[in-house]
Amino acid sequence: MSENPTDQIEESTSNERRFDQARWTTNGTYEPLLSEKNRTDIEIDAEAAGLPDELTRDSLSLPSLAESELARHYTRLSQHTYGITSGPYPLGSCTMKYNPPYTEDVAALPGASVHPDRDEGTVQGTLELLYRLQDYLGRIGGMDAVTLQPPAGAAGEFVGIRVATAYHEHNGDGNRDEVIIPESAHGTNFATAALGGYDVVSLPSDDAGRVDLEALEAALSEKTAALMLTNPNTLGLFERDIEQIAEMVHDVGGLLYYDGANLNALLGRARPGDMGFDVMHYNVHKTFATPHGGGGPGAGPVGVVEELAPFLPAPRVRPVDDDESTADVRGDDLATSSTGATYELFDPEYTIGKVHGFQGNWLVLVKAFAYIARLGDEGLADASAKAVLNANYLGSRIDYEIPYGPFHHEFVASAGDQDAADVAKRMLDYGVHPPTTKWPEIVPQALMTEPTEVESKETLDQLAAAFDAVAREADETLEGSPNRTTARRIDQTSAARNPRLSWHALTETED
Amino acid sequence: MHGSRTTGSPYAPHTEAETSAMLAELGVESVEALFDIPEPVRFDDSFGIDARSERETRRLLESILDRNDDLTELLGRGHYSYYVPSLVDHLSDRSEFLTSYTQYQPEVSQGFLQVLFEYQSILVELTGLEIANCSMYDAASALGEAATLADRLRQVSGTTVLVPDILQSGKRSTLENYVDGTALSVESYPTADATVDVDALTDRLDEDVVMVYAENPTVRGTIDPNLGSIGDVTTDADALFVLGSDPIALSLLERPADVGADVVIGDASVLGLPTSYGMGLGLFATREEFLRQVPGRLVGVSEDDDDRRAFTLTLQTREQHIRRERATSNICTNQAWVALRTAIHAAMLGPGGMVDLAKRDVRRARELAERIDELDGVSAPVHDRHHLREFVAQVDRSANTVARELEDHGFAIHVVDDREIQLCVSGATDDELDDFVAAFEEVVR
Repeated sequence: MSENPTDQIEESTSNERRFDQARWTTNGTYEPLLSEKNRTDIEIDAEAAGLPDELTRDSLSLPSLAESELARHYTRLSQHTYGITSGPYPLGSCTMKYNPPYTEDVAALPGASVHPDRDEGTVQGTLELLYRLQDYLGRIGGMDAVTLQPPAGAAGEFVGIRVATAYHEHNGDGNRDEVIIPESAHGTNFATAALGGYDVVSLPSDDAGRVDLEALEAALSEKTAALMLTNPNTLGLFERDIEQIAEMVHDVGGLLYYDGANLNALLGRARPGDMGFDVMHYNVHKTFATPHGGGGPGAGPVGVVEELAPFLPAPRVRPVDDDESTADVRGDDLATSSTGATYELFDPEYTIGKVHGFQGNWLVLVKAFAYIARLGDEGLADASAKAVLNANYLGSRIDYEIPYGPFHHEFVASAGDQDAADVAKRMLDYGVHPPTTKWPEIVPQALMTEPTEVESKETLDQLAAAFDAVAREADETLEGSPNRTTARRIDQTSAARNPRLSWHALTETED
Repeated sequence: MHGSRTTGSPYAPHTEAETSAMLAELGVESVEALFDIPEPVRFDDSFGIDARSERETRRLLESILDRNDDLTELLGRGHYSYYVPSLVDHLSDRSEFLTSYTQYQPEVSQGFLQVLFEYQSILVELTGLEIANCSMYDAASALGEAATLADRLRQVSGTTVLVPDILQSGKRSTLENYVDGTALSVESYPTADATVDVDALTDRLDEDVVMVYAENPTVRGTIDPNLGSIGDVTTDADALFVLGSDPIALSLLERPADVGADVVIGDASVLGLPTSYGMGLGLFATREEFLRQVPGRLVGVSEDDDDRRAFTLTLQTREQHIRRERATSNICTNQAWVALRTAIHAAMLGPGGMVDLAKRDVRRARELAERIDELDGVSAPVHDRHHLREFVAQVDRSANTVARELEDHGFAIHVVDDREIQLCVSGATDDELDDFVAAFEEVVR
């Protein structure tokens, strides 16, 4: 074998396309900063604006470049960025699906952009779309009422927790100060419960990777405000005892919260509402293929059972008259046009108020609606089917051990004696975005893998080949990777030890 | 199959032969066998949602959104739209940007990380504060995060957050939800002529106050002449001074660092987003001494194995995925792509363009106020202040009636109360403002 680790890929997967990410360099750096191309200082002439001097700043210093140069700068930077259109992206729990571009086009329709303070009579299109999306999500989750306001999944969790607080307080039951969360849950669950003022009770898993019912029994009490759970859980396992779990939580007067991060595994096969969940959030950017945008925006609509509907954020949308035209929406049909019904905003009776200055991430909601309307029942159910098929197929093809199963849309493999973070870096050399690493901690050196429904058998075979090639590689090869990416291994420790968070900080360092 | 209705996900690429081969490999007869769901909780009904072709889906969305009236919006009050150049759309829609996720693997994410680093840098220049995070949801949630920051920094000494009595209701309500789980409570302080009444604020300040929030410009469009005094009295009271603003205003108005601001929050989407029904981008900048308590993501500089400068997410031990219930915030998915759009828009304008835009809207707000002030039955602006973008006007007729009749002429405006309206110039062209004055003249008569 060659000493150059990049050549080894050529040998191990000689029949496959070699991956090389773009690498633009100038004077020893990757693409220079805008500020290194130009810094222009502007003195502020307050008088020219008709303002007294003391109301304005003295100067402003920012880059000033020609449009053509900016086009090249950002194009090069996009080439330094790996997205789902670059290649497979099996990042566990993040549900990185292909994003069909028509959703961008409908979100850019002229009618889609209106000011949030418009009189409701003049934005009937916006309200109709919001209402129909509420309705779609209610049906998909088995929930009685939905708010679209939360601008992300964690914001949806926050609404769920605030609704739980308001509900308990309304019932004269405001002394509940604990939220129970499985130790394998998403970190947002813990942070959200703490933000809501609750003490977190961490729940261990049983030997099979599911909720330990005895531990749950011990954790539940009259102090329990809610149990936060995702199903399938983060190991991809369905919590088979969910009915019993719901009963146990409800018996002590607590609420059962569903974290919708893994809903893609269940579409058309099970619904949180039917399992006994009282409140849930939907990650529309995961389940319904709205682009993740490098970390957002997303949207985290929240669905609740009827008893909790009066506490939802304000305002919500409803038809003015529940007449035949809106009944069409509930029954849906092959309609390719508006219902023509009239919609209005209203404040739920005991609303918690608002969690966003206006109505949330509207453009994301448009994309989610378009995606659901395109797929319909069969498409949504098929998405789940193929997501589960793909995860199981990929899981069966890799050499790494998968300690827990049977799993649904994702699995957590163990890198064993290898360091999962190094495995991830090496996978980048194969043109594959690696799995989520080292989480959940139940699995040592975890590789949490979620291929989603959009990968073909051929791609899954390539993915499996990448996993297996890395599994056979020596530690020094892994530690010396990646080599075919824009940047080579980045020293994250020194970035934290010596934080330089703006180009101003860089200039100061250089001085 | 192409162009017609499909009965499966159009984005699952499997042929029947491939599906069969995969099932055979797994040793099961159907996909259903892979679902480990107990019978009692299985869903065997349908949602009642029909599939549509892409063309039909677009037609459906067009027909729904066509119902929105095409009005010229003279609306602001915390959410402003400016013309977004085409290049912003085309560059931000490059699919690598659009379809990537959080940059957990920095080696393949250098481009997006660099854009976010540049976004942070632009905010540092605009605010004069040392650090800015790379986005929160919107101004309202950023205000809530500022309050929880104040709680972490000064939790022993007080429990009151003070906000202006004219604060936009969505911001106030969001803030109250954020602080409900803490020991903090929100109270108002009085304003005079829609800016801070410094004497009244000073009287109100005591050791129980942990944070004072003020805005520049305010929700009424007024420019506050007393920011330095607010900073002084707030610092004397050992409270955090949080200032609300936005990138266009910050390019012209007093630099927050120079007036003693500890935190700047606001909506940065004035650059980069159309009105978007209020979708935003929360900006959050603060002093370096609060670095370990800052909410949200931060992009920093490091080096790679080739000793080249490289960017990475940093100080993640503050974040929820590592620190869980001890995190500085629960935010995970943020507004990264909107921050990218804002950064591109700011770069296109450059410092001259940004300052010109702000000056333009000082001038245009003044000119519009002067023009309608000449009309019978109108007095504008109501507040004896300098304004940016928007102002309040008094009308003799019912404000609601004026607003409804203006709608018939194709204009949307705010109603403040029975006899007061509010007008914002940022979203309108000069020609549209001329048309508005003509329509307004008819309506207020």
